[in-house]
Amino acid sequence: MSDTITMKEKNIQQVSAAQKTMQILVKFFTYAFLILMALIVLFPFYWMIISSLKTLAEYRLNVPTFFPQQIMFSNYAEAFTTASLGQLFYNTMIVGVVSTLLSLVITVLSAFAFARLEFKGRDTMFGLLLATMMIPGELFTITNYATVTQLGWMNTYRVLIIPFLVSVFYIYLLRQNFMQIPNELYLAAKVDGTSDLKYLWKVMVPLSLPTLISITILKMMGSWNSYIWPRLVANDEAHRMITNGLRNAFTETSGDVNYPVQMAAVALVSAPLFLVFVFLRKYIMAGVSRSGIKG
Amino acid sequence: MKVVLQNLTKIFPSRDKKAGKEVVAVNDFNFEIPDGKLIGLLGPSGCGKSTTLYMISGLQKPTSGKIFFGDDDVTELSTENRGIGLVFQNYALYPHMTVQQNILFPLQNLKGADKLSKEEMQERAYNAAKLVQIEELMDRKPSELSGGQQQRVAIARALVKMPRVLLLDEPLSNLDARLRLQTREEIRRIQKETGITTVFVTHDQEEAMSISDMIVVMKLGVLQQIGKPQDVYDDPANLFVAKFLGTPPINVLEGKIQGGKVYIGQEAVLEVSGAEDQDVVIGIRPEGFELAETGALHCNLVNVEVMGRDVSIVSHHPASQNASIRSIINADHKTSVGGQIVRYDLKPHKVFLFNKETEERIRCEVK
Repeated sequence: MSDTITMKEKNIQQVSAAQKTMQILVKFFTYAFLILMALIVLFPFYWMIISSLKTLAEYRLNVPTFFPQQIMFSNYAEAFTTASLGQLFYNTMIVGVVSTLLSLVITVLSAFAFARLEFKGRDTMFGLLLATMMIPGELFTITNYATVTQLGWMNTYRVLIIPFLVSVFYIYLLRQNFMQIPNELYLAAKVDGTSDLKYLWKVMVPLSLPTLISITILKMMGSWNSYIWPRLVANDEAHRMITNGLRNAFTETSGDVNYPVQMAAVALVSAPLFLVFVFLRKYIMAGVSRSGIKG
Repeated sequence: MKVVLQNLTKIFPSRDKKAGKEVVAVNDFNFEIPDGKLIGLLGPSGCGKSTTLYMISGLQKPTSGKIFFGDDDVTELSTENRGIGLVFQNYALYPHMTVQQNILFPLQNLKGADKLSKEEMQERAYNAAKLVQIEELMDRKPSELSGGQQQRVAIARALVKMPRVLLLDEPLSNLDARLRLQTREEIRRIQKETGITTVFVTHDQEEAMSISDMIVVMKLGVLQQIGKPQDVYDDPANLFVAKFLGTPPINVLEGKIQGGKVYIGQEAVLEVSGAEDQDVVIGIRPEGFELAETGALHCNLVNVEVMGRDVSIVSHHPASQNASIRSIINADHKTSVGGQIVRYDLKPHKVFLFNKETEERIRCEVK
């Protein structure tokens, strides 16, 4: 009898040992895969940073080095002055902040209207707005270009801000969020003597804060990264945005491009976005996952 | 503040324009709520009691009819200007605010002459919190409170601006049985202390009977009966009210009046005067039975349930509309029940006769 029991125990031990090995193996491969993927993603950033610290001569070696022989921090100072990064940052910040603020106001008010107010044709109107999302953004570029040239808005801040203030996508995102807030809260606020606007400000906005932060981040990143539209309509010294600035500034008179200095400038420009991502990734992830695929 | 409802009617248009009919949620409702009383609006779900409450609050506009607070016609006044307090079924606390902020919120919205200083607001909020005994919880968020505590916060928020009328929409339905008992007494105490005219909606007749000064029974948007709980119980206007009030429910049997006697089947159980011969529906309260060796009503015994204070006897009768007849007999008399048949005498004041078609009460003297 006792023999069979010990046999059983042994079996159990063996089974659990096998399971443990299995678990460890699965963990090992999962992490190996994740590390590999992380390396693939991070490598370009690594390459950007080491390139930005090389001399031009080292950069041009046929066999590239994986770590700079001589570290050139001066590239960063040079990048800042040659590209007049200060002015580029300033332009981008103005466009980014102003358009984000205005966009938030418009988004909040229209999302409230579509989520909470009752008026004739509300659903039809919302359907039409959603339908505009089907049209690819590039098509708007042409009509927008025609419009702003007619208005004489070329090379101004407003041409960079106004055409993209209304985002159907953000309105949709926020409306869905607003609609999840129980109707009783609205009725309770009515009983407590609030106006619609006060209810929106005191109850709905605080409750939708995560979505609003996601929208803010996405909108700021959008302004920071925008390239085609600013290139078309505002490419003068006074209004040039950061992405276009980086493109042109480093071509020397000989036609050569000083790549290490350009890389240094790119690193500087990426830094804010990088920080935003590190500190606010929770909200970015939430925004992206809520929106499905768009990032 | 007395509240007067005059010919109040609410019709919801049908959703489907082709097929559906419009829904009359409240039909020509007339009622005067006396000042400082606690009124229970009672009825099965879908009877229009919540709609009535929402019309008093102004959250829904009546299709026709008028609402008065005192002598003011408030029918066209919007909710925020009516000066009412409303406690929702799910409490509807603002989840991002602390208990204190929740209670302060109605005060912060006061305008014009009613505007309060910060200190006054704090004091009023504290007093309201104290009234419902949650002054220790002021810094918590609603999600950190139990259901009963949330309910108290909701009452404090409704009371803090000293409303003219306090409305409660199924205030106890989200609480467990023990808490429900405790809280309904609490509501009664608070209402007495503040003297605010209060209307509360419930589908639980026991709840309504136990704390209301008056109950209003509704069915399908139509007022059935108004009165003090005991009066309505002892003197129901129709079969619906009789069936709706009381636990265990009233026993309903088919019978007839013939030659001054009430018959159930072939058995003449009571004498009656002042009613014509007709088929009737007979309602007998469970406490309306008396065991008697010579009793007129014969039932087939099914089961005897001992509950300590009383004994509950379950039996069958062919004329019964319910699946079984349940009687409650005081356990003081050591009555032994045995055999297949149980025989009852009936207490005349616990027996009600109803017209078979209209289900209205037949007013007559039963002996």
